Amino acid sequence: MANFFTDNTDLLFHLQHPLMKKIVALKERDFEDKDKFDYAPMDFEDAMDSYEKVLEIVGEICGDIVAPNAESVDAEGPKIVNNEVIYAKGTQENLDALVKAGLMGITLPRKYEGLNFPIVPYIMAADIVSRADAGFVNIWGLQDCAETINEFASEDQKERFLPRISNGETAAMDLTEPDAGSDLQAVQLKATYNEKDGKWYLNGVKRFITNGDGHVSLVLARSEAGTTDGRGLSMFIYDRNHKKVTIRRIENKMGIKGSPTCELVFKDAPAELVGQTRMGLIKYVMALMNGARLGIGAQSVGISEAAYREALAYAEERKQFGKTIIEFPAVYELLATMKARLDASRTLLYETSRYVDIYKSYMHISEERQLTKEERADMKYYQRLADFFTPLLKGMTSEYCNQLAYDSLQIHGGSGFMKDYPIERIYRDARITTIYEGTTQLQVVAAIRGVTTGSYLDRIREFEAMAIKPELHGFRRTLIGMTEEYEKAVRQVMEVKDNEYLDFHARRLVEMAGHIIMGYLLLLDTERDDKFRTSTEIYVRMGRSENRARAEYIANCTIDDLGFFKPAQ
Amino acid sequence: MRSFVIFVFLKIKLILKFYKMGLKIIVLAKQVPDTRNVGKDAMKADGTVNRAALPAIFNPEDLNALEQALRLKDKYKGSTVTVLTMGPGRAADIIREGLFRGADDGYLLTDRAFAGSDTLATSYAISCAIRKIKSFDLIMAGRQAIDGDTAQVGPQVAEKLNLPQITYAEEILKAEKGKILVKRRLERGVETVEGPLPCVVTVNGSAAPCRPRAAKLLMKYKHAKTMSEKQSQSEDYIDMSTDRPYLNIAEWSVNDVETDDKWLGLTGSPTKVKKIENVVFQAKESKVLSDSDKDIEELMRELILNHTIG
Repeated sequence: MANFFTDNTDLLFHLQHPLMKKIVALKERDFEDKDKFDYAPMDFEDAMDSYEKVLEIVGEICGDIVAPNAESVDAEGPKIVNNEVIYAKGTQENLDALVKAGLMGITLPRKYEGLNFPIVPYIMAADIVSRADAGFVNIWGLQDCAETINEFASEDQKERFLPRISNGETAAMDLTEPDAGSDLQAVQLKATYNEKDGKWYLNGVKRFITNGDGHVSLVLARSEAGTTDGRGLSMFIYDRNHKKVTIRRIENKMGIKGSPTCELVFKDAPAELVGQTRMGLIKYVMALMNGARLGIGAQSVGISEAAYREALAYAEERKQFGKTIIEFPAVYELLATMKARLDASRTLLYETSRYVDIYKSYMHISEERQLTKEERADMKYYQRLADFFTPLLKGMTSEYCNQLAYDSLQIHGGSGFMKDYPIERIYRDARITTIYEGTTQLQVVAAIRGVTTGSYLDRIREFEAMAIKPELHGFRRTLIGMTEEYEKAVRQVMEVKDNEYLDFHARRLVEMAGHIIMGYLLLLDTERDDKFRTSTEIYVRMGRSENRARAEYIANCTIDDLGFFKPAQ
Repeated sequence: MRSFVIFVFLKIKLILKFYKMGLKIIVLAKQVPDTRNVGKDAMKADGTVNRAALPAIFNPEDLNALEQALRLKDKYKGSTVTVLTMGPGRAADIIREGLFRGADDGYLLTDRAFAGSDTLATSYAISCAIRKIKSFDLIMAGRQAIDGDTAQVGPQVAEKLNLPQITYAEEILKAEKGKILVKRRLERGVETVEGPLPCVVTVNGSAAPCRPRAAKLLMKYKHAKTMSEKQSQSEDYIDMSTDRPYLNIAEWSVNDVETDDKWLGLTGSPTKVKKIENVVFQAKESKVLSDSDKDIEELMRELILNHTIG
């Protein structure tokens, strides 16, 4: 009887961010659909009311169905029967409920039977679903693929595939291969064009494919024989109805066990080219991955929420030495720190989602008409922010969710190590978030450019200039001090002009920027609602000392010291 | 020979009627205080339910009935589902909840004259409203409401309309060619019965849970209002109902349905609450379980969930 949306008022707070006015106006193009579709909003208030009410449906399904099923889904998992993936019973129930509620093509345009919601409410739904069952969100959240089809496929392809997804079919993104994991440029799966029938055919193996038996799959394949790098790769749509793919196995994973991770063998599988050849990796997969990374951000926040709630409930109930354990400093510090990290993760999640929303809407508008000069500049501005914030989000929130799961299990003590409490599952589910869709180490590779180009600093300066209440100025002074320290550390590393040295300190620098950015975001949240003050207090304090430690390390670890770490030749 | 042809023709026509026209289903639903999680202030001093202290919800078994009706609508093309509820103005929420899940329209029966009705007066008022709606093939309702737990209104409506009734329904298997096939859940086992249409069916809580509200239907119908709601509403979206007639929820007062005042409200209610006692259960709530895998699994699940085990 729980509702995972209404029982967490922080969600509504983030949904009602002032920037939503702009986001809704762009997404709804001045509400031009209102007379064409009976479910289109009349104005801003109507649209916001719809998001809220639809999220209530998501919250209800998650509280009543998805969360109660999580344990049995984890135990049962999917299986292969006659070359088909059969989900665990609970997974199928979850999916049926979300399909019946019409929650599959949330961001797709109405002409493709979607709800035409912005990214923010969609990501919020993913946040809620992840709290209920982090493994299940992988199946439901693959509707991201539809967004990529909507961006890059032909009108004919959109008309054929998108309504299918809006009406409940699932998707998959087939990128990884046995020898192409982090390094996707090494993808081997062959795409051959048959001159006779004018069709493409796929041959080869894909591995670690989430929901590999989905109805509609996006496949990265080598269309240019003889090439070896990313420029020879193209993107294809494979339709399961062709039945030309063998599901060789489902991996036996540590966590997110309800989500089928498949090994696929393509044998003369007919497929359709998306967009242009050779653009598969360099353009389309990059867009797909950015969407997926935002999704992992949501998954991480949802897991953090679940871990925090389990810890709090246990600490308030469990008695030792004659009192509840939450009364002990060692435990309440852990809990308050968890909450601060959770709040910091969530505010970064929705900030990044808003950037993505704005630039994507401009991008879609630019397909209909030419953008004005101001609009183009605005689009570029938000696209840049989205590009630098997405890897920061994915890297920081996934690491935090593991920390939260670890701390939550620790608070449970011996009971947490047993299979009896949900935290054991949450702990295992959390572990993948720092690995897939690019490891934390690879997020740093993308994010470090935000450090070296000064993009994070530019945004930090903008945050610094925003108006806040006098009583919050103390936090800002601390954050300004942290910014100076960060600039100094960046200078120290950059002055050496050595890429290996930069790579060595990259994670430290990115995290320093991350602490400052999340500190500011929490401060701005506190400006809107005082309930975030405690988390701001704790997070800024913690960020300051963590940044100092990193600055200290950077100052005391010169390029000559790298030798201590290098493997022996 | 000729008469045979005519007979066959008529029969085909009858079959066509049910296939082509689908079924007209009326679902009786009640807005009830959520008595499943009650606090200290759930009862007033006079022993009646303190409705203000409890959230108002769609009576759970009425949702089971709605789901069975919607399944028939999915199965027999052209069928319609109408939600009928009696209550104060805010009970229009129940109609909207029905629309969000796939009902086609609804009627709110509301009037001060209905206030204080017991089951007899309630079933009288509802049966008058159904007579006014006139055309229907099937009336469905939840077995009972969680506020009074009487399970009387459904059967009384059937009696007043002189219709056959099937109670404790768990699944409607078929409703075609003028007949309905229903699986009933009894205390020990199930029974499948056939009855004629039209009839009244009351649905048990063990039936399939109701489907969730659908996002698009919610957005389509969220501005659906009764006349009284529109009159008390000062903001926007009032004019929408002119262009979109489906946004008008029919609201019937005592004058809209042909009734005899003496059977209505307090006057028509012979039930009087004589005394209310606070009962403290001595024995724990008991439950009958079979040795089937399903029941055992259910019990294990419950014990694990409330941490009795583990």
